[in-house]
Amino acid sequence: MSRLPQGGRIDRSRPLRFSFNGTSYSGYAGDTLASALLANDVRVVGRSVVYGRPRGIFTAGIEEPNALVQIGPEPMLRATQVELVDGLQAAGLNGKGRAVPEQDAARFDKTYVHCEVLVIGGGRAGLTAALEAGRSGDRVILVDEQAELGGRLLTAGWNDWLTSTITQLSSMPEVRLLTRATAFGLYDQNLALVAERRPNGQRLWQVRGRKIVIATGAHERPLVFANNDRPGIMLAGAVRTYINRYGVAPGQRAVIFTSNDSTKPLEADLQRAGISLEAIIDVRTGQAIVDTVAESGVALESVIVVPLTGNHNRREIQCNLLCVSGGFNPALHLFSQAQGRLRYDDGLACFAPEAPIDGVEVIGAASGDLNGRGQGTIVPSWVIPGDGEDWSTHFVDLERDATVADVQQALGTGMRSVEHVKRFTTIGTGSDQGKTAGINESAIIATQLGQPVGAVGVTTYRPPYVPIPFALLAGRNRRELFEPIRVTPLHVWHVAHGAVFENAGQWKRPRYYPREDEDTDAAVARECRAARENVAAVDVSTLGKIDIQGPDVLEFLNRIYTNAFDTLKEGSCRYALMCGADGMVFDDGVVMHLGPDHWLATTTTGGAAAVLDWMEEWLQTEWPDLRVHLTSVTDQWAAVAVVGPRSRNVVHSLFPNLSVGPDSFPFLAIRENEIRDMPVRLHRITFSGELAYELWTPSWYGLSLWEAVMVAGEPLGITPYGLGAMEILRAEKGYIIVGQDTDGTVTPQDLGIDWMISKRKPFIGQRSHRRVDTTRTDRKHLVGLLPLDGDALLAEGSQLVLQSDRTSRYSVGHVTSSYRSPTLGRTFALALLQSGRERIGSTIYAPLDGQVVAASVVEPIFYDKENARRDS
Amino acid sequence: MEPPRWHTNVLIPCPWCGDREEVEFRYGGPVPAGYPPDPQTVDDRAWARYLYYRPNPKGALEERWVHTAGCRRWFRLTRDTVTHEITPASDASA
Repeated sequence: MSRLPQGGRIDRSRPLRFSFNGTSYSGYAGDTLASALLANDVRVVGRSVVYGRPRGIFTAGIEEPNALVQIGPEPMLRATQVELVDGLQAAGLNGKGRAVPEQDAARFDKTYVHCEVLVIGGGRAGLTAALEAGRSGDRVILVDEQAELGGRLLTAGWNDWLTSTITQLSSMPEVRLLTRATAFGLYDQNLALVAERRPNGQRLWQVRGRKIVIATGAHERPLVFANNDRPGIMLAGAVRTYINRYGVAPGQRAVIFTSNDSTKPLEADLQRAGISLEAIIDVRTGQAIVDTVAESGVALESVIVVPLTGNHNRREIQCNLLCVSGGFNPALHLFSQAQGRLRYDDGLACFAPEAPIDGVEVIGAASGDLNGRGQGTIVPSWVIPGDGEDWSTHFVDLERDATVADVQQALGTGMRSVEHVKRFTTIGTGSDQGKTAGINESAIIATQLGQPVGAVGVTTYRPPYVPIPFALLAGRNRRELFEPIRVTPLHVWHVAHGAVFENAGQWKRPRYYPREDEDTDAAVARECRAARENVAAVDVSTLGKIDIQGPDVLEFLNRIYTNAFDTLKEGSCRYALMCGADGMVFDDGVVMHLGPDHWLATTTTGGAAAVLDWMEEWLQTEWPDLRVHLTSVTDQWAAVAVVGPRSRNVVHSLFPNLSVGPDSFPFLAIRENEIRDMPVRLHRITFSGELAYELWTPSWYGLSLWEAVMVAGEPLGITPYGLGAMEILRAEKGYIIVGQDTDGTVTPQDLGIDWMISKRKPFIGQRSHRRVDTTRTDRKHLVGLLPLDGDALLAEGSQLVLQSDRTSRYSVGHVTSSYRSPTLGRTFALALLQSGRERIGSTIYAPLDGQVVAASVVEPIFYDKENARRDS
Repeated sequence: MEPPRWHTNVLIPCPWCGDREEVEFRYGGPVPAGYPPDPQTVDDRAWARYLYYRPNPKGALEERWVHTAGCRRWFRLTRDTVTHEITPASDASA
């Protein structure tokens, strides 16, 4: 056992059991897994990723490149950051973690906060800043990645000040202290993303701070020499942490290898811990460690020391702990992410902020003030040559197993940029993001090229600063909460009647209502027949609905839609089409003239938001003089279409006082009526080609209306139908679905619906309909396809070619909609086909999956071309 | 060193609602040349320019945004495409 008899911030009254690689150990509350392993003399934690070299614990914090462990479903945790809990089971890694198939039981959520001051880092500098800001009454948030506030003070003492400061901060109502909370990204306008580790998961804090104070301290960096990766080699500051904070002696015989003054206090720490200090090798005095020895091939046993100049007096010093300090790197990852520029400081031998940036302040060690770390004078010694020419064990990036030899190879290929060398060598690309490696890499490149370090620069700091689980970014927005689900007021009925649902954007819509053991095709076919032969009903509440009011609505609609509305009387409606300024079909729907200055337009289910935005854009940006007000009423109305040759009977029995004859309530007319006290607006419009009535009611009556329709239709055998039948019915009539039969490159002329385009007034897109491109004769036209084999179903999306053999090399179009029609007793399709109208009567081929389906090109209408049924 | 800019979520100054998170808005693109009073009198070349050409400067760009999840008002602002610095337009109307 290497636990010291006393000292440290661990709670010796609370022993904890844990296991590592299957062996049981004990530690104390307040330990990290790393300190507990060291206390149990576990020196080898894992094997390196490329060379399989034994590796131990190298640091005491977030920058750890070596001691990676797997705990349950969590791969690649840093043992230096894992708080010991009772029953913890950890396993060392051979460089890589593994994904486990089990569901992660952890919970992830998000919160959003604003504050005047966000302090990142709870060391001396950060606490001081928080206290000062807190006294002004500002809302202050201080985040720190460790379990305890204090930063280096936890290692270096000064605990009375720490206790009193935390007590004061805790008493300030506007100050929030977050521990175990790592700020991992700093984005535009002071948005900081903070990952807080919680007992059973993590929380993502999105903090918008008027001012951000970066007090993230500095990371000690190692020296680079031959075999500098053996277990027992540790950063000098980490050794201090293990002794002072955790009461652990990480070795018995120590050597200090340093280039600066920061190791001075370590000498006393070692003595107090009963560790014998065998030697201090200080490059400033002309000595260096050029190699290390591990006879057993595992942990450090001795080091080889030679003078840097002069004679070659080799000394071998026995030791099992080598405390290394090559200076400090201010932790400027966040500063750099926030567009802060760095400069190399020769005196400090590190990169420091070049100039302040608005709204962000860097203080303490992060700002380059390394007095707290006691760096003093430093003679940077970036690479220490070994005995020979071999550089393959001079490790620069321990996690990536990348060496000085790799850097030399990169430079040998002609690479000069630190970014290129990074990608070639993988230095800095590990899960530790090269926190102990990056600056050394730059300096080694500079040394090799004979350039100043500042000229080489550092690689780009990218968020996240630490590995972040995707689950944290997703938070609760998973599965049923992935995005909002919209249901119509009739939804409960659909569910109760066994509807199979389909997603239409965010909407849940019934696809069909299977009876007993019907399969999809059988159910859809039955629903189609009911609509064509008898009576059926469909929930169309998802249609987008925009209420349009004001004295200039007529003018507005005339400009927005391709149709003219001057002749559209109150109490009637019209199919309407709109194009983008480029002349391409954008959306379609029905425009209803309800009363003086009062209109309503429906949109496609998916297009509702875009159409409203589009209308507002024109109103607000180009036509602010038009007095028109738009209101989305999609959710305010429920809508039920009653469809089929016997739909009139159902409507008549629902509205006995309404005259429903073909002359008194003709196609495209609107009537207001009611069922008991339920107001209903009836429209004679159809998306099936059959006689049909669309019944609208305020949405809270929706379910009652639907139930009334079902009751009234029951004697006739009314059939509810879903999207499956609806799509077939409309395609049989050649009615397009915008977004399925069009794709943003299709004009109304391409669709053959020129009759919807007014020639008497200007509208958006009109000019584009006489551009060279839109007037080409070889544009793709909407056509119908009838496979020669009436059983063969063309796949939607199939490309179309002109020859059945393999000589056709170019697609001349594609299938947009394809179905089995119970009415036609065969398959059919709609397609966009180059010069399609000229090809009517010819045969076209759809090769797919090694088969070729031949089909006749026909007009895109398959049923009731005279519209006799619609108008009946 | 030219650090790149990490763009996630900026605050957009809606002239009616104040600073709001970008997710509440839809981008309306660079402010286009005005819609011609009578497009039919515009030749193909000029019309194509209206439809498809947009400024793409390194620096200040005048843009349209709409506060879709808020007041639904369109407005203009100037955004520096390099620094992301946003300056509200003196005339907020779009």
